[in-house]
Amino acid sequence: MSNSIADKKPGDVSILLCGQAGQGIQTVEHLLMRILKSSGYCLFTGKEYMSRVRGGMNSTSIRISGSPVSAPSNRIDILVPLDKGGVSHVSCMLTSNTVVIGEKDSCGGEIPNGVALLDVPFSKIAAETGNKVYSNTVAVGALLFLLGLELEPNLHHIGEFFSGKPDDVVKKNLEAAGKGYASLAGTGTARLQMEFKSSPDVKEQLLLSGAEAVSLGALAGGCNFISSYPMSPSTGVLSFLAQHGSEFGIVVEQAEDEIAAINMAIGAWYAGARAMVTTSGGGFALMTEGLSLAGMLESPLVIHLAQRPGPATGLPTRTEQGDLEFALYGGHGEFPRIIFAPGTLEEGFTLAHRAFSVADKYQVPVIILTDQFFMDSCCNTPVFKLDDVDREKHFTGTSAGYRRYEMAANGISPRGIPGLGDGLVCVDSDEHDQEGHITENSVMRTMMVDKRLKKLESSMDDFIPPRLFETGSSNNLIVCWGSALSAVREAVEILGRDDTAVLHFSQVFPLDAALVREHFSKAEKTILVEGNATGQFGRILKGCTGVDFHGRILRYNGLSFASDELAAKINSCLQEGK
Amino acid sequence: MNRFDMELSDIAWCPGCGNYGILNVLKKTLDELGIQPEKMVLVSGIGQAAKIPHYFRTNFFNGLHGRALPPATAIKASNPSLTVIAESGDGDMYGEGGNHFIHTIRRNPGITNIVHNNMVYGLTKGQASPTSQAGFKTPIQVGGVFLEPFNPIAVALALDATFVARAFIGDQDRTREIFKKALMHKGYALVDVFQPCFTFNKINTFQWFREHTYYLDDTHDVHNRNQAFQKAVETDKLPLGVFYENTGRKTFEENIQETGKAVLPLHSQETDYGKLKDLILKFK
Repeated sequence: MSNSIADKKPGDVSILLCGQAGQGIQTVEHLLMRILKSSGYCLFTGKEYMSRVRGGMNSTSIRISGSPVSAPSNRIDILVPLDKGGVSHVSCMLTSNTVVIGEKDSCGGEIPNGVALLDVPFSKIAAETGNKVYSNTVAVGALLFLLGLELEPNLHHIGEFFSGKPDDVVKKNLEAAGKGYASLAGTGTARLQMEFKSSPDVKEQLLLSGAEAVSLGALAGGCNFISSYPMSPSTGVLSFLAQHGSEFGIVVEQAEDEIAAINMAIGAWYAGARAMVTTSGGGFALMTEGLSLAGMLESPLVIHLAQRPGPATGLPTRTEQGDLEFALYGGHGEFPRIIFAPGTLEEGFTLAHRAFSVADKYQVPVIILTDQFFMDSCCNTPVFKLDDVDREKHFTGTSAGYRRYEMAANGISPRGIPGLGDGLVCVDSDEHDQEGHITENSVMRTMMVDKRLKKLESSMDDFIPPRLFETGSSNNLIVCWGSALSAVREAVEILGRDDTAVLHFSQVFPLDAALVREHFSKAEKTILVEGNATGQFGRILKGCTGVDFHGRILRYNGLSFASDELAAKINSCLQEGK
Repeated sequence: MNRFDMELSDIAWCPGCGNYGILNVLKKTLDELGIQPEKMVLVSGIGQAAKIPHYFRTNFFNGLHGRALPPATAIKASNPSLTVIAESGDGDMYGEGGNHFIHTIRRNPGITNIVHNNMVYGLTKGQASPTSQAGFKTPIQVGGVFLEPFNPIAVALALDATFVARAFIGDQDRTREIFKKALMHKGYALVDVFQPCFTFNKINTFQWFREHTYYLDDTHDVHNRNQAFQKAVETDKLPLGVFYENTGRKTFEENIQETGKAVLPLHSQETDYGKLKDLILKFK
């Protein structure tokens, strides 16, 4: 039986931290991430947690690699149970290759047969240092040893992490880390030989979450007004902008409900602000009335919709790609909208600032569709660039006789704002004439509907084509959208098949039908991968372009795709019918 | 004629409707205060009262039913130099928009909230409104309304609204005085305006309002919230005039400027990309 960590030769190392909410998983995660990044390793962390403030088992998976990783893996090389119940929470994922590092007294009874336990009495060592609260830092010390890292050069990260605390607390934490390290160093315990190289480039990269990437993108897009109602998993964007509100001059308002939030955002755009709302499915349901208003007023609007599993309250803290069709069809009446769905942190940033620019340019609502997995996952990514941010504002001053809904060939009437010029800016949720006054004239009605819908066509000037990832000439095409990208790409890499390409859509609506058909015409076998139960994007693709799939891999259990599990599914899908 | 008048061909209001009076008085008041049509925004919801912007030469935002207050708040916050009036009927403001009514008062934006209160739903043809009197029979409330009417004055006072008044459009001069005070008030100002509906409310007519109202006199202290509250809950005869004024509270715009450091108006604000670059690099 292999139970020594030194026997492993993995291409990456996967650590799972498991414990109760509020029990320091974040401390361990944060310290490890800082230390590993400064050592030049590529990193990924993903979270799954229960819907409660404290207690309940939560886990954070950390992957360490020599090349970029941005999806979770179901393989656990090292499990760190920080509380009783931590091993049981993930016992079905443990194998004989897993090493559990933890306290025998606390978790010994939960270890399945064939799984090795490396007994480190975290809390006893912490108590000896002065207080049980230091046990997280003891665990960090022990993990540093196990991962083959030096203690001394990394102690300053621990010092910096606790720098706001009293000197004594900082000192005790440093001591605790040292004791954790020493508890294994002296015992002849084998250390992990990381087979992969670290890279100095990683040290210069960013390490952040999807919520942070989208928030920074919103700032780059000139967002200066956010009105929202807190709802997991979308709240990270609201709190980020609130924390940086005074730095960037953002009006931040926690509205009484999502209805107020979206109506405020539309009012703010009307007055010349760049406004956004952030919400999840249930909140978006309340916003659909306002979304329709934006359609009628021809107001720009940015909606960040972070999906979680529904219907109704669903699984509040877990993940799904189940609201795509809702985002596309939500809101009464027919009006254009654009939907983005980032697959990488870089896209999270880029699409967020583009959302403001295209919303402004085409006077349409733009929805940025993410999910809990995307919001809460962290990895290293190249530094975001500000050079290609479109900084143009698209409103104009007006003169007397200005008409807000002046007919235009591309559907886009110059957008005035009140108080800027001698014209009057009149907008109406009723069908209206070119001045913005209420009308029931059927000819005018038809002209206005056509004008509004024309903007969708015009927006194709800024269409973001799907990205094709392929290594050779591909017979197979795996199609995905939004946050599924990372797991799909890694799954195909795991399979090592150069006959299989990945086609990822970060603009999921509107679509370029000819381009989609062209990609499909080259593929013998097409497989759809989506995080929902009914294959929503597949349905939209078929409706818009006529293409169909040979196989579908759908996940809707509340958890994100894991690359290794997905690889096996793709493989069996590709085998079928051969 | 004044600067807010426009050519009207097709007005959706019934002949004799109290809305005409409110339209005229508001235009006159704004004119007298020297407010320019280009520098104000009339925000409304949906309903007969909410059609008022279409008969008004000014900027307007005719939004959704019950939703006039959130955009009005945001417009004022985005550009405090604009005069912002949120105007709709009782069903819109107190029914569909009840939650926004409560929280807008808490925010205290510098907007004037004019509510046409005719105690009935006109546009949907005669159902009860939140302010309908108990016993009022309608095609839906066939046995008569058995709910107590919503008391906007008392609710606003409970939330410490900074200006609370009630007018009756049967008396245009005094309504103009009240509108003027409301428009000159620094924070949120509520003016609930009694306005008979000729078509669907045969009970609460001009005559009824004359008989069931009286004006608060000089002995009423508008800075005394408790006294205002006592007046607000009177039901035998409904008091008219300014119930309460509080000039000591900061407006929403003042608060956001202080805490958010927003450069107002927001349309002239430029993103500090240097600062943003520094923030991005903090994630290294």
